[in-house]
Amino acid sequence: MKVGVVTFPGTLDDRDAARAATHAGTTAVSLWHNDADLKSVDAVILPGGFSYGDYLRCGAISRFAPVMEKIIDAANGGMPLLGICNGFQVLCEAHLLPGALTRNHELHFLCRDQKLEITNNQTAWTSSYKVGQEIVIPLKNGEGSFQCDDATLAALEGEGRIVARYVGENPNGSRNKIAGITNERGNVVGLMPHPEHAIDPLTGPTADGLAFFTSVLNAMVK
Amino acid sequence: MALDTVAIAQANPDTNQPFAELGLKGDEYARIKEILGRRPTSSELAMYSVMWSEHCSYKSSKVHLKQFGEKAVKTDALLVGIGENAGVVDVGQGYAVTFKIESHNHPSFIEPYQGAATGIGGIVRDILTMGARPIAVMDPLRFGPADAPDTRRVLPGIIAGVGGYGNCLGLPNIGGEVVFDETYIGNPLVNALCVGVMKHSDIKLAKAAGAGNLVVLYGAKTGGDGIGGVSVLASETFDATGPAKRPAVQVGDPFVEKVLIECSLEIFAEDLVVGIQDLGGAGLSCATSELASGGSGGMKVELDRVPLRDATLSPEEILMSESQERMCAIVEPKHIERFLEICKKWDVTVTVIGEVTDGERLEITWHGELIVDVPPRTVAHEGPVYNRPLAKPKYVDRVNAEVVNVPRPETAAQIKETVLKLAQPQTWQINLGLHLNMIVMFREIPFNHSQMILEWCVLTRKQIWELQSQPMPTLIGHI
Repeated sequence: MKVGVVTFPGTLDDRDAARAATHAGTTAVSLWHNDADLKSVDAVILPGGFSYGDYLRCGAISRFAPVMEKIIDAANGGMPLLGICNGFQVLCEAHLLPGALTRNHELHFLCRDQKLEITNNQTAWTSSYKVGQEIVIPLKNGEGSFQCDDATLAALEGEGRIVARYVGENPNGSRNKIAGITNERGNVVGLMPHPEHAIDPLTGPTADGLAFFTSVLNAMVK
Repeated sequence: MALDTVAIAQANPDTNQPFAELGLKGDEYARIKEILGRRPTSSELAMYSVMWSEHCSYKSSKVHLKQFGEKAVKTDALLVGIGENAGVVDVGQGYAVTFKIESHNHPSFIEPYQGAATGIGGIVRDILTMGARPIAVMDPLRFGPADAPDTRRVLPGIIAGVGGYGNCLGLPNIGGEVVFDETYIGNPLVNALCVGVMKHSDIKLAKAAGAGNLVVLYGAKTGGDGIGGVSVLASETFDATGPAKRPAVQVGDPFVEKVLIECSLEIFAEDLVVGIQDLGGAGLSCATSELASGGSGGMKVELDRVPLRDATLSPEEILMSESQERMCAIVEPKHIERFLEICKKWDVTVTVIGEVTDGERLEITWHGELIVDVPPRTVAHEGPVYNRPLAKPKYVDRVNAEVVNVPRPETAAQIKETVLKLAQPQTWQINLGLHLNMIVMFREIPFNHSQMILEWCVLTRKQIWELQSQPMPTLIGHI
């Protein structure tokens, strides 16, 4: 089972994402932003970083990368797709997910170990968790405040499409403490915190993030 | 200004040259003429002035700093020692770490954000230049008192510059120090440390060996930023009696640096370079003369081939430009095609600007005219060395006797206790002249705590002022 990890110029977490995918028992395949070629992978991760420098709106340029055309088509066809941090921003810019990520409400870059509650385990990336399970994984970004209009928020809540919420104080002003959401089909997930940095006790605060990557393995084996 | 060539310099020996304005003393200018056997061209004068500045040549501190090399315990673990871009230490199993710390004080005083940001950028390129992947940064900082107006001016920008540049490279800041003291009013110290990891076999050195090998400039285009920054900004503060000089701080682009890191590591992985040097202080003047000195000495450079952001730059300015995010590599002709391919993949501008020769001189041309013809060692390594007078300040013994020893705090409660202890009136008296002197290693302390510490600094400062019944100065805000 092959999981593609996209590298844009300015991507930072591609190596950790590939390591997490490998750790979960899948084969990580590097995908290049400028090649419209998915190398027959079964799922794709858009990792964190500052793609193309993010000097415009975060993710606004990346959505036009040649590899994204193929990814958008495949995701619309049901391929599991996970966007982490900058990857989540790219998914919103590409309209695969609703809403937008804006500056943290206190306008500071945040870096900390964050407690989350998994609120939907019916997606391709969260099936290994229990609903209500609390996990701790790193949160590190300056533009992680999830915003959308009231109708979209009502739809996300009504359809159970909120995948994870921040537990405790709202770290960045996200509406309804949203840390991650999914599309209607449940194959596309965007998540602001970083599960790929928490896959073993040696390198992460916990190993709580690993289940995102084992989930996708289960989703494809089924 | 008309082009000043070697031929013109020979024909017009008595032309007046602005050596003093460029920071050179009369005897230093005389020495350049002695080395060359003629007056320098304006391009040569630019190179010597910038390379012989205190900042680049360490002419006043060299006699002291070289003791680190001479007195160090000899060990096989030291794979690369003093003289290269950074030291390399064996850590076993074929792996090595390289790390280096460097100050970027005056640029950060002039323009806090860019000064601090390019401090990080420069130190990261030094580590990259050794052949290592940079993995983390640290930042020991010194500011004036927390409530001094100038601290309020520089601190937020410096913190944001260090954080912003490092974040965009994906490098965690794993620790630092902050000290507030009157000594640093108008002269904040901004130190940046970077650590990198590599295999022994990956070590790269700054040398241009092998006649016929190509000199390749890659990374950002050369612009007008930081021209004269090295000599004008960093050097004259020792005896600054003249008029204030125009700021010339470099501007960084961390995105270009991140791409440069990945591009360089891919090039290194395929073993495509003979030698490599980053461009930082003194730009091309430094990189070309140091690379040539590190090899047999001979190098030819066609300066007009350097890609420019500003087409109006003169050759002197191109030689002195401190535009960031540039590297200079020595590449065997058989590897150049692959080298160019990797740069193209990463969208990195790359240009062959010259070649290594079997001579002993660094020759630089501008549209075919020879404008620099120097022995490179005289530029890079054989600058003036001064033995300045030494005297131990009277306060040193007194201050050493007054050190307040507190155990290193590790939890939030311990940090609070330590801060309050340091701020007590008796400590305050002991630390006369030190408003609030506090050093806390941030390693192992979560981010939120470091913010708490800064808030407590302000609080305890307030308590001190209340204790002393003095009017309360304006406090810095949330930092």
